[in-house]
Amino acid sequence: MDAKEIIARRVAIEIKAGMLVNLGIGLPSMVANFVPADRGVFFQAENGVIGLGARPPEGMQDPHLTDAGGGFVTAVPGAASIDSAMSFGLIRGGHLDMTVLGGLQVDELGHLANWKVPGKMVPGMGGAMDLVTGAAQVIVAMQHTARGEAKIVPRCTLPLTAQRRVNLIVTDLALIVPTDDGLVLRERAPGVTVDEIRAATGATLIVSHDIPEMQLA
Amino acid sequence: MKTALKPAAVAAMVPDGASLMIGGFMGVGTPERIIDALVARRAEGLTIIANDTAMPGRGIGKLVSAGCVARVITSHIGLNPETQAKMIAGEIEVELVPQGTLVERIRAGGVGLGGILTPTGLGTEVEEGKHVIEVQGCRYLLETPLKADFALISAYQADYAGNLCYMLTAHNFNPVMALAGAIVIAEAESIVPVGVIPPDAVKTPGVLVDHILERAM
Repeated sequence: MDAKEIIARRVAIEIKAGMLVNLGIGLPSMVANFVPADRGVFFQAENGVIGLGARPPEGMQDPHLTDAGGGFVTAVPGAASIDSAMSFGLIRGGHLDMTVLGGLQVDELGHLANWKVPGKMVPGMGGAMDLVTGAAQVIVAMQHTARGEAKIVPRCTLPLTAQRRVNLIVTDLALIVPTDDGLVLRERAPGVTVDEIRAATGATLIVSHDIPEMQLA
Repeated sequence: MKTALKPAAVAAMVPDGASLMIGGFMGVGTPERIIDALVARRAEGLTIIANDTAMPGRGIGKLVSAGCVARVITSHIGLNPETQAKMIAGEIEVELVPQGTLVERIRAGGVGLGGILTPTGLGTEVEEGKHVIEVQGCRYLLETPLKADFALISAYQADYAGNLCYMLTAHNFNPVMALAGAIVIAEAESIVPVGVIPPDAVKTPGVLVDHILERAM
């Protein structure tokens, strides 16, 4: 199983029946593949649909029905189309149960940076700042390191996405919970040791003596 | 009853240096034929207010490629490398705004509000230079209203009275922008007699719409 699939399968366990969930573009969007259709979850795409469905059959794509990345999607029974004011009203107004986003850095305060690398990459924040500010739960789903560099660091050096502490960090190596005391290591990915996680982490991890292995959806 | 304008007449109505709100999300729900006409007349120095700048060859991306744009107020330019390159080269000024804040600033401009208070952006670069106001124990950023000389709207159907309805994720910024442009021009996929769009299905009342683009031949 590759790194992204481990992350997606672990995040999927966090998505409970009846939730309204926004999945970011890229890796986070893979999570939907591992959430059973009968769980009664509605996925929101911030461009304007509640009840995002799978890819349409070839030749049946509708140019009016896309996800936030511009890819063709379908809608599930019970879906609703909304405009951007309603979409961000849901997000900012506390009506969104969970958002799953990628990250460039997360730090010991649980702060996320994911929208800008000054001088190198300035894509813009899109909806990320509203999502991290407004969602009831924020899960960062990302690879533990990038080209050997730690992404979980003492303090973010990249511009922050919000001042809010994220609820959960899920990587290909570990599940980490930011708390008042710092970053608590809760689970190891299958076959990964605590020492390997520590070696790949720039921040201090709070580790109790027994860290269980992740269950995957 | 509205009269239908030819694309070239719309492009002639929009002077160089004008500010334009343009509907769409990654090119979905964007008035492409009006944009083509602006490119054809070699418009210059435009200020574009829009969710994103789409991608080269599509929607607002065509205006960027053709050198029509001096300034952009937007949430995301990540999928248009030309916008990023022109920003770095100093050819286009880019103001990045969180997506939920952008739509509410436009709404504020359109509905006569002096601004909005949002928690999005607190503690980030977005806060710089802005007033922070405390209301009922919570802190918010004061974000100012946005208006434009023109709102260029993409709709699914327009009727002869200018009433508009939208399809699925092609709503996005269009209904809100139709309030905030001094002159509102709608490009619809079809133009139908009054009554075909039921009153309850009208998302933009025709009283807001100044002009309709003639139907595609």
